[in-house]
Amino acid sequence: MKIEGRAVCLGEDVDTDLIIAGRYLRTKDRSIWAAHALEDLDPGLASRLQGAVIVAGKNFGCGSSREQAAIALKEAGVAGVIAPSFARIFFRNAINVGLPLMECEHGCRCVEGEQVSADLESGMVQVDGKEYSIRLLSPRMISILSAGGLVEFWRKTG
Amino acid sequence: MSTLSERILQAPAGEFVDKAVDRAYVHDGTGVLTLEAWRQIADRVVSPPRLYVMFDHIAPANNSVTAVLQHELRIFARKHGFCFSDVGGGISHQLMAEGEVLPGEIVVGADSHTCTVGAFGAFATGVGATDMAAIWASGCTWFRVPETIALSLEGRLPEPASAKDLALTYVGKLGMDGASYRALEFVGDGISSLDMDDRLTLCNLAVETGAKAGMCYADHTTRRYLAAQGKEITIQAAEDCTYEREIGIDLSDVVPVVACPPRVDTVKPVTEVEGIALDQVFVGTCTNGRYSDLAVLAAGVRGKKVAVRTIVAPASHAVLEEAVRTGVLNDLVQAGCTILPPGCGPCLGAHMGVLGEGEVCLSTANRNFKNRMGVGGEIYLSSVATAAASALKGAISEPEEFP
Repeated sequence: MKIEGRAVCLGEDVDTDLIIAGRYLRTKDRSIWAAHALEDLDPGLASRLQGAVIVAGKNFGCGSSREQAAIALKEAGVAGVIAPSFARIFFRNAINVGLPLMECEHGCRCVEGEQVSADLESGMVQVDGKEYSIRLLSPRMISILSAGGLVEFWRKTG
Repeated sequence: MSTLSERILQAPAGEFVDKAVDRAYVHDGTGVLTLEAWRQIADRVVSPPRLYVMFDHIAPANNSVTAVLQHELRIFARKHGFCFSDVGGGISHQLMAEGEVLPGEIVVGADSHTCTVGAFGAFATGVGATDMAAIWASGCTWFRVPETIALSLEGRLPEPASAKDLALTYVGKLGMDGASYRALEFVGDGISSLDMDDRLTLCNLAVETGAKAGMCYADHTTRRYLAAQGKEITIQAAEDCTYEREIGIDLSDVVPVVACPPRVDTVKPVTEVEGIALDQVFVGTCTNGRYSDLAVLAAGVRGKKVAVRTIVAPASHAVLEEAVRTGVLNDLVQAGCTILPPGCGPCLGAHMGVLGEGEVCLSTANRNFKNRMGVGGEIYLSSVATAAASALKGAISEPEEFP
């Protein structure tokens, strides 16, 4: 599975309240979550997420179990997230909704807008020509991501 | 010899296991999305008596959109035989702590603070909506058995320090990702001096260090507490097991602290932030909305008047009833506190107590993230005793020793 996009750089400990604020949760309309993604971190950011790869600091997705956080990023067009570490529930939610996550132990040096490409099977990320290795996901996780999420995977495999 | 997680999940740390879960719960906040996902993968639910839907996050509903979503989930829960708690019942974690969760069980909740009920010696962890939908459909899920960090407690908490001060202290020591993917086990002789309410508070904050679970071994205190709820249990003997790390905490060193916005791990002694003016004090939540908490607040404000708007949300209907029966509720009302229905209240910034731009709140909850309780508001986290003293002064103040 291959991922490509422009880098959007974020800091450490980006929590799920920042990814999608509680005030937007009461709806089934996923476009609302996408429109307000990361709003409290940067009000204009949601409109720049289409085709982006988020390159963040450690502990991305800490906090609430709200799956809307992973859905918001996916719906906004984020191709994947690279970080030195992810919070546990967010990690599982992201795989379940088909949002690729790449754990790059020491992070990768990157400036906003640089081209990022990644190959989940080989575990390599390229940022502006420089290569970094990422922790390999299990074959099952890659199958879930390739299917577009656990619901789609479940329907395909029964 | 095994850690408590390894014993309950029946595999060594690092292994992946598929397990039937003993109890699984959602609330109005996560249940709607779970229902959406479940509808796409299944047409029946497995083991309904162990599945719960509990309305706590925005209960009663704040507008028509919320009401319609809750109406749908309510009908679904009743039709499929879920244990259902409607508006006014209370916070999911508290209801699970009122005689539902038992030692040795595997408990999942679609809420990150599900780790709270690890206080009973259960393996309890938070999951997202899609994971929960698969659990509704199959009764099972997978876990990676976590490595365990032991927090070894010695001595006794000195007045007026409380379990919440201890909890914030260990979050400050570990940091917001200091126990990611790990289980925390609270062990040592010091644990025997902590009652069940204290242990629930302690386990509640485990997720603020990134931990998958926070756990206490079921002992005589657990047995007595659950006996009062009509449940008989066997005590769990702690084994001499291998921990990834062991951190010693001398309880006699714990002092009243606050977590400063916007991070739960920016923990400072109350004395360092004393005098910060407050617009709101909030006592409640799954961290500190139990009867003992309301009683501490009442002891602090009895016969006096609060100097700042003070909002109190009992964690459950049983808590509210007890507060009515003992006169605690009367004390709070007389002192000028505003009482909310049992539930999460303003903790998540959805209704009843949302902060305005520039407003400062002292809250007994577990999160102070940016904008959590309202755009532009700031949240300091403290114990109930600190909240009581601060409510009287209208500014952050050191707790007093209440009788």
